[in-house]
Amino acid sequence: MAVEGKTIDALSQFELTPILGAVGKAVSFSQSNLFMLVAVALSAGLMLASARRGALVPGRLQALGESAYEFIAGMVRDQVGDEGKKYFPFVFSVFMFVLFGNLLGMLPYAFTFTSHIAVTLALAVVVFITVTVVALMRHGMHFFSYFFPEGAPVWLAPIIIPVEVISYFSRVVSLSVRLFANMVAGHVMLKVFATFVVLLGGLGAVGPFVAAMPLAVNVALVGFEFLVAFLQAYVFAILTSIYLHDAVHLH
Amino acid sequence: MNERDGFEKRLRQARSEQGLDKPPTSGGAVPQSPWGYGLRAGVEVVSALVVGIVIGFLLDRWLGTWPWLFLVFFVLGSAAGILNVYRLFNPRPRSRMK
Repeated sequence: MAVEGKTIDALSQFELTPILGAVGKAVSFSQSNLFMLVAVALSAGLMLASARRGALVPGRLQALGESAYEFIAGMVRDQVGDEGKKYFPFVFSVFMFVLFGNLLGMLPYAFTFTSHIAVTLALAVVVFITVTVVALMRHGMHFFSYFFPEGAPVWLAPIIIPVEVISYFSRVVSLSVRLFANMVAGHVMLKVFATFVVLLGGLGAVGPFVAAMPLAVNVALVGFEFLVAFLQAYVFAILTSIYLHDAVHLH
Repeated sequence: MNERDGFEKRLRQARSEQGLDKPPTSGGAVPQSPWGYGLRAGVEVVSALVVGIVIGFLLDRWLGTWPWLFLVFFVLGSAAGILNVYRLFNPRPRSRMK
């Protein structure tokens, strides 16, 4: 699949193909949607399973669920403050969805839905709209003072306000592009080095020895990709909480 | 005595976790390595520039003033990008905790 006539085809792994036969074709149900459902089911299942027993001394599953919960709860508390508690479910859902999306993509034959800009952009737009609605609900019209810092000279307003508005909207782009670019870059690198292994392996007697080098790189890359999977989910969640902080406490 | 100190400490910790007591300090930015800062700064600049360009382009198409608003918003987008990087290192003050 990766090697077609001795060329490197690193991008076909991101292609969407409809699944589930005619029904899937009719509603454009692709493998991306399937893995989104799997991610939702796994994260919901993890939390339900870890909350079901509620043992005083947690087992492995319960400890996993509780540490995920505590991690995000602590992060929201640190970043947003006590008012942020009601937004914890939102941040936690976003975090688990992105985390499971990134991690599922590390399984062989799985599809990384966070490697599609459409998916990450939709997530970022949801975060952006939620944050803006929260700010508008808490502060009303006072929210618009966010775009003009206190104490700045009034004659600078025609410059400051557009710049601040652009800076505010750039959150959507930076949030989505960061996750998307990290996932695409990692998976392309994995595929490219995996193709090198196959291409160099066919070089006759020296082949297997030369091919060991890109194989070693790939082993390191897999470890690095697991780090990126966690880190990007973390960054997505912490930026969401920082934006929520700005919305809750204007300035 | 010793046991009681431990209890007080745990009680304080539990109370602050439940939001009954105010934590002494709060806030703090994303912990970042130099590489993380560099990559984030790049993304911030480019994304602000993209937003500026898109707004300028759409306004030009709507008002038929190509390329003037595009140029204006290109400059504003670059300024917003620099502002974003500035915010990365100097976050908005987090003093006003109600």
